[in-house]
Order: sequence, then structure tokens, then C-alpha cells
Amino acid sequence: MNTLRVKIWRGREQGALQEFEVPRRESQTVLDVVTHVQRALDPTLAYRFACRVGMCGSCAMSVNGRARWTCRTHVDQVIEGDTLEIAPLTNLPVIKDLVADMSEFFDKWARARGQFQPTATRKDEFARVRPDSSEREQVDAGIECIGCGVCYASCDVVTWNPDYLGPAALNRAWTLVNDVRDGARDERLGAVAGDAGCQACHTHMSCTERCPKKISPTAAIAGLKRATLGALLAGRI
Amino acid sequence: MKSDWRARAHPAWWAFAVHRISGLLLTLFLPLHFLTLGVALNGEAALQSALVWTEQPLIKAGEVVLVLLLAAHMAGGIRLLMLEFLPWRNWQKSLLALAAGLTVVAGGAFLMNLV
Repeated sequence: MNTLRVKIWRGREQGALQEFEVPRRESQTVLDVVTHVQRALDPTLAYRFACRVGMCGSCAMSVNGRARWTCRTHVDQVIEGDTLEIAPLTNLPVIKDLVADMSEFFDKWARARGQFQPTATRKDEFARVRPDSSEREQVDAGIECIGCGVCYASCDVVTWNPDYLGPAALNRAWTLVNDVRDGARDERLGAVAGDAGCQACHTHMSCTERCPKKISPTAAIAGLKRATLGALLAGRI
Repeated sequence: MKSDWRARAHPAWWAFAVHRISGLLLTLFLPLHFLTLGVALNGEAALQSALVWTEQPLIKAGEVVLVLLLAAHMAGGIRLLMLEFLPWRNWQKSLLALAAGLTVVAGGAFLMNLV
């Protein structure tokens, strides 16, 4: 089989799949396929990428119906017959073709108090955090997020409730809740509690299933559920 | 854009679907259950005739389904409580298999008792 049949979403919210024929190559990634289409077949195709090595989180798309990082997804892993279907990430507005608008996704990180709140000044000693402390281990489990939006696009709760903060923002909040240097624990727990926060999660675990970095936002959300309950019982939120 | 069924094809999502559907069906069953028990208010004979009515093969088969629904809903609920309240381990798939296993065992045990 030397040719791939590739169906690519063209348009904005309204649009259609357009079919292209792309030469099949060894070790070809889905991003290679999209790049070939843009460079050789139709220069008006819009898509987004930067690093090509799974660090930047720019190139996530929906491939054969599942959100994936396209730069590290080999065609071999996902092809069905000789066909690939490539669309923009779901649960986000479409700017053009394969480019989804990530604004709301990142705004929710801010709404979940995803910013570190320092408690020390530059005149203080370095904080000492033992690598084997339980808090540090919780942080390690979630800190490698590259912000690609795959979890957010895979989450049905986001589809059902557009205000829901989503797995990535809640995972970020959980890493900060476990940061012993941070000074806004209770404010953050207050920000992630409620209908649009961690309690809305239905534990479908699609985020955990699809995360390309093998992070489990479900674990973070379960931690937040326990922490918010504890803070509520203690009268802190 | 919205996801379709392909994004949902994984075991934890199926577990959610089973939990939700079993919950809804059990909600429908409960009023029927109370209605049948309430027949006792009309006297012993009325209850007896209701109980005889439940001896039909179709209703008996329905009882096995009911036990399966109850077992699935309980096992799924315990799974969720364990995931959310116990310290996290990467045990989600083992818990899922355990919940499914418990459901089948409970249903099977009930079925064998019938035979």
C-alpha cells in the first residue's frame, strides 16, 4: 500500500472533510501527513505545530475520532485500512481547518488558580522539598503536562457543561495544592470546588486514557475532591 | 466540534455507561417493587396472586437481569468510592475487572440457585 487516503476537515464550525492522497512513507507521523498536504497539495490548509518532538503541545488533533498529539503518532498506530480522518480538537471553537481556538482552555487554567503564589522573598533561603515526600511525588505525577488539550477534547463533561474547568486545569491546580511553597491553597481549593470544578467529574477517565504524557488527571481530580471536602469540613472554604 | 463514539471506546467509559443505565433501570424498577408490595394492603390473597404472577418464566428471567443490574450498580459504585477516597494507585483497570467479575459472579450465583 503506497498511498494513504486522508480526509481532512476544511472550514470552521461548519465545513466538510476533504479527501487527499498522500504517499505512504516509513515511520511517517500524522503530522508528516498534514505537512505533506499543506506543502505539496493545498497551501491554504491551516494547522498548528512547533517542536515536532512532543514537547510544545501545539499539534494535537482528532485522528480517526480520537484526540492525539500528531507529531508522536505514527500512521501505523492509527490507520484503519488505508484511511486517516484528521479533524481539529473537539470541545474547542475552530479557527480554521485543523486549528482549534485554545483561549478558553488556557483561561480555565487561570480560573482554577493555576498560578504559583509565592510565600518567600528572594532574601529567604531556598525551600527544601524532599524528592521522596508524598507531596513532591503527587506533584511529579502531574507536572509533565504540555498543555496540548488532548484531555480537554476527550472529556465528555466539558461537552455537557462548557463551564467545566476540565482535566488539564484541575491537574495543574492539584500540582500547586501539593506545592509546599505555595501560599494560596485554600483560595485555589475554593476556585476548583463546585459545579464547574472537580465535583463535576464523572470519572469517565477519558483524559487518563488519552493523555499522551501518561498523566492521570482523574487522580488529580480525585485528590482535589478529597482536599476540597477536607477544607469544607474544616471551614476553610 | 463534538466527539463521537470513537472517543468513548474504552473500558472506563463503558463502566460509566453501565453504571448510569443500571441506575436508571433500577430507578424505574423501584416504584414497581413498592407497588407489588403495596398489594399486601389489600389482604393476603391479593399479595399471593401477585406472587404467583411473578412465577412466570419471563418475570423469573427479569429477576436475573435485576440481580445483574443491582450487582453491576453496587460493584461500580464501590469502584468509584475506592478510586476517589483511597490513595490513588494505578489500579483503575484492575478495579474495573474486579467490579465486572463481581457482577458476573453475583448474577451467576442467582441463576444457578434458580435452576
